[in-house]
Amino acid sequence: MILYSLTFYLFSSVAVLSALMVISAKNPVHSVLFLILSFVNASGLFVLLGAEFLAMILVVVYVGAVAVLFLFVVMMLDINFVKLREGFLQYLPFGALLGIVLVIELGILFLTDRSSNIYNNQTPLQPIVNEVENTKMIGQILYTEYFYLFQICGIILLVAMIGSITLTLRDKGGVKRQNIDSQNTVDASTAIEKKKVKIGEGI
Amino acid sequence: MTYDILITGLIIIAQILAVVVPVLISVAFLVYAERKVLALIQLRRGPNIVGPFGILQSFADALKLITKENIIPSGSNKIVFILAPIITMVLSLAGWAVIPFAPGWVVSDINVGIMYLFAVSSLGVYGIIMAGWASNSQYPFLGALRSAAQMVSYEVSIGFVIITVLLCVGSLNLSKIVLAQQTVWFAIPLLPMFIIFFISALAETNRLPFDLPEDESTLVAGFFTEYSSASFVLFFLGEYASMILMSSMTVILFLGGWLPPFDVYPLNVVPGVIWFTVKVIFILFLFIWVRGTFPRYRYDQLMRLGWKVFLPFSLFWVVATSGFLVYFDMLPN
Repeated sequence: MILYSLTFYLFSSVAVLSALMVISAKNPVHSVLFLILSFVNASGLFVLLGAEFLAMILVVVYVGAVAVLFLFVVMMLDINFVKLREGFLQYLPFGALLGIVLVIELGILFLTDRSSNIYNNQTPLQPIVNEVENTKMIGQILYTEYFYLFQICGIILLVAMIGSITLTLRDKGGVKRQNIDSQNTVDASTAIEKKKVKIGEGI
Repeated sequence: MTYDILITGLIIIAQILAVVVPVLISVAFLVYAERKVLALIQLRRGPNIVGPFGILQSFADALKLITKENIIPSGSNKIVFILAPIITMVLSLAGWAVIPFAPGWVVSDINVGIMYLFAVSSLGVYGIIMAGWASNSQYPFLGALRSAAQMVSYEVSIGFVIITVLLCVGSLNLSKIVLAQQTVWFAIPLLPMFIIFFISALAETNRLPFDLPEDESTLVAGFFTEYSSASFVLFFLGEYASMILMSSMTVILFLGGWLPPFDVYPLNVVPGVIWFTVKVIFILFLFIWVRGTFPRYRYDQLMRLGWKVFLPFSLFWVVATSGFLVYFDMLPN
């Protein structure tokens, strides 16, 4: 029990501290690295809650793919952070509003009576020992009860994917592309062309 | 109470050491084996001076490298520069926590074992990107950018291959994946997936013919150009340890883990861990054989292979396998 509490406080404090570092680090690449640390610690918290599938998905999707591309972009772009910080006061009211709304929402969540909640009887900070793996539990509920929502999510992702492809796909002229089929089907008759060149004229 | 925690902690540390120490020793012998096999492919002798048949060559090399001066470039981002090789090394060892070597021989037999392996192998790219960026030098940076795109691309097809296997198993637990292959190893019914997985594993571990992140003919040494001494050793060990890890993953997913090829008398007496080791050595030999045989891919060819060949093909096989399993009512529970 002590061990669970200790690991919980370790993961949560590192997650919060690294989230703070994300917004306070001077170097944007360091910010992204702290964001990754925060993600990893959040997945550790998921493991403590007994949601090992969600924890692994968080690492695979966010840390393994999204954050890699994010880091890629931040490293490539030459962002002048001194210039970006000039607008700090300008954005402060808006940012503060967002923060306050979030805090109020969290407060409401903690203060409301949750006796009607079916998950209420489960004690937190303990991995829930269950016969059914939670991968199976998620599958059973996702593909039955939330089937339409799941499909709608899929369609939204598809639309987003097509949108981003159309935005980036430009048909520039003058780009030489390798045509592997035509390369492989070349033989002596198609590769060499005989021409009679008139003297003094060229081709 | 505290005494119990102490005992549990000691047992965990002992288990970790029982896995990590053999892995590190096998890395040393893998380096030796690679040099020997490549030498035989190229009709040379290979290392033959240090110890009998040159078998202690890797240890001598490691000693030499570690005693050299560790140079940190003045223009580098020092913390990230030092952190990068450590992360590479730690991640290539972390995956071993869930590998079952024989029935019950596993440090942590978790429900989502294969997802954990997938997650750890997808994190491997961070060591390379961080090294390339922190070096503050052109060649390492190019290597890092190449590896970021390459490893993300091949992870997609690895993911689909894993899904195909999971459809046939019905569990994410690695021991259950092995036990599901008692009748037939998945390498036989899912042969195309096995080949795709092996090639993607080559790309994921940055091995030839896909070693574009280090590509010594154009990028000096790629992402670890600026590294020397012990930090270079960590990258080196990390690469080989993750090679062995990916081979073990291949063995577990497709070659029946610790199971003997046929469940008959002389074969099933041999302990499972021996079968496991023999299969891993076979896959590692394939890794080295490919290195000795094929030229390096050009970068656009690499991307084309990943996105235009492997991705549609593995996606098709996921659909085909699930269709087959549903039609013949063979879905596992």
